[in-house]
Amino acid sequence: MENNYLADLWNSSPIVCVVLTGLVLLLVESVRRGSGRLSYAVSLVGLASAGVLIVAVGDVAQPAFNNMIVQGPYAQFFTVIFLVTGILTILLSRGYLDRQGIHRSEYYLLVVFAISGMMLLAYAMDLIVVFLGIELMSICLYILAGFMRTRGTSMEAALKYFLLGAFATGFLLYGIALIYGSTGTTNLEQIAKSFAEHSASPMFLVGVSFLLVAFAFKVAAVPFHMWAPDVYEGAPTMVTAFMSTGVKAAGFAAFVAVFMRSFQYAGSPVNDVLAAIAAASMIIGNVTALAQVNLKRMLAYSSVAHAGYILVGLAAGNADGFMGILFYLVAYVVVNVGAFGILSLVEDSNGQKLSYDDYAGFSAQRPFLAALMSIFMFSLAGIPPFAGFFGKYYVFLAAVKADMIWLAVLGVLTSLVSVYYYLRLVILMYFREGSGDVAVRPTWAAMLSIGFAAYLVIQFGIFPSIVVDAALKVF
Amino acid sequence: MTLQAVLFYLLAAVSIASAIMVITRRNPVTSALFLVLNFFSLGGLYLTLHAQFIAVIQILVYAGAIMVLFLFVIMLLNLGDSQSLREVISLRKLAGVGLSTAFLLEIIYILGFRVSDFPAGEVTRGLEIGTVEYIGQKLFTDYLFPFEITSILLLAAIVGAVVMAKRKLD
Repeated sequence: MENNYLADLWNSSPIVCVVLTGLVLLLVESVRRGSGRLSYAVSLVGLASAGVLIVAVGDVAQPAFNNMIVQGPYAQFFTVIFLVTGILTILLSRGYLDRQGIHRSEYYLLVVFAISGMMLLAYAMDLIVVFLGIELMSICLYILAGFMRTRGTSMEAALKYFLLGAFATGFLLYGIALIYGSTGTTNLEQIAKSFAEHSASPMFLVGVSFLLVAFAFKVAAVPFHMWAPDVYEGAPTMVTAFMSTGVKAAGFAAFVAVFMRSFQYAGSPVNDVLAAIAAASMIIGNVTALAQVNLKRMLAYSSVAHAGYILVGLAAGNADGFMGILFYLVAYVVVNVGAFGILSLVEDSNGQKLSYDDYAGFSAQRPFLAALMSIFMFSLAGIPPFAGFFGKYYVFLAAVKADMIWLAVLGVLTSLVSVYYYLRLVILMYFREGSGDVAVRPTWAAMLSIGFAAYLVIQFGIFPSIVVDAALKVF
Repeated sequence: MTLQAVLFYLLAAVSIASAIMVITRRNPVTSALFLVLNFFSLGGLYLTLHAQFIAVIQILVYAGAIMVLFLFVIMLLNLGDSQSLREVISLRKLAGVGLSTAFLLEIIYILGFRVSDFPAGEVTRGLEIGTVEYIGQKLFTDYLFPFEITSILLLAAIVGAVVMAKRKLD
């Protein structure tokens, strides 16, 4: 068997670049102790060069390393999401970490390694790579969740996430083993062939359902969402931002890669299970979010609900659903980075100032940030002309086309419920008198990244075709 | 009955018996030691299946490294008091028992009655698949990429462990 490793290396160069950045960060810390600022710069440069490489490699689908990974439009689309999320998160993190007194260079290292794990998920063409990508991403996040070691809630979040995540990994591995047992391969293309031929094999279906459990856990869909509120609340706010954006997108990258592109399950029992998970996530996520006082918890339940909306596209299983998922993820990721970014600016050094009431009268003190926060909330609620509206529009359209009208109706109804808890924040900011003791000291980098996120939300809301064209090329 | 069948039944009986002992013993150290016995008999079962590599790994990693960790944790937590380990039966636990029983039945059904679903080619390949040479060859050719990624995964885990366990917070 002839292998051209140089071509393989070139095709996987964005991943290699991110991994190398991680290794350089490791050396930076050992050469100069306490070098948080240097690590910050190195990680930004590394991620940006990976972004250059991903454009340079081009979007022609090419397998590499014995069909373990595939470079192509799909990998490219998701990698851009991950890199943008990573860069925005790092820009926002520095000021936040300084304020919280946990500015250490390991933070950047773990974020960079987590991003390389996410990229593996987008590139994966083999279940083994999917497994390694999920583990690489998750292990970094377990640590990041507990990065604030002096705070009990942060440690609780890390432990909860770790224990439940390890359990989900067990499901993932067992599922992979059963699928390997029934098809004799872990390659996604060959599994797809086998799925088309023997879709009735019960061992295979049990394997598929185990994969479903593992992925549903990673994207926090009901009934595997129980970890999300506590972990989102306990983890440092910028880590929560990273979790709810990059990790969710990565979870869906694997979910869609395995189920939609490879298994092409549409019309099988898998479809109905996905629809049920989507419906449950939308209902439970939105209704529970109504009762929250803490904004991080509210966004956690909101993230469960959004996982439900994205799963609507997956349950529909058609080309529109696929495109809808990609658009939805882009819209959701930029909005959430921005919203969590503002939360991290307002949060004080004791982890307080995170409840609805702390935002009363916010517009009088910080009119610009309040306006941006309102944009993010409107987009999350799915009100035009912001990006969130088109995300919902495309996934619901896909459900209608797939004869799942009940799912689309349920989606619209639960979106109406969500308007209440998103707009409550806007009303508090603009129409209530506040105590006026919110001290916000944003860095330039933080303001720039929140502003950039808001710009993207408006840009994609008014001209959705930019993302739609890119998403259509993927399919 | 061939020697292989005798060995299989013997090892299977030992592994089931020791597994039952693991969950019925009150003393955690006794449970842990029965778990070691269980791992050893599983290792023997792998050997009868011509999976030498997995058999050795089973003994080295599970019976060796992981069980030592188990015993250390038991001793550090000082779980000697068997009173504190008394079971309390609750509705949630009963539901858990019900679910795991249903799960067990499903697995038995699938593995017991659907063996014909195994692709025919895989069974004949079984003899060479378990040797160290075969695994090594695959690992450094077909599975080179996952192998390299594993090293990054372990590196990330080491960094994480250091971040978490470092005594001094600077």
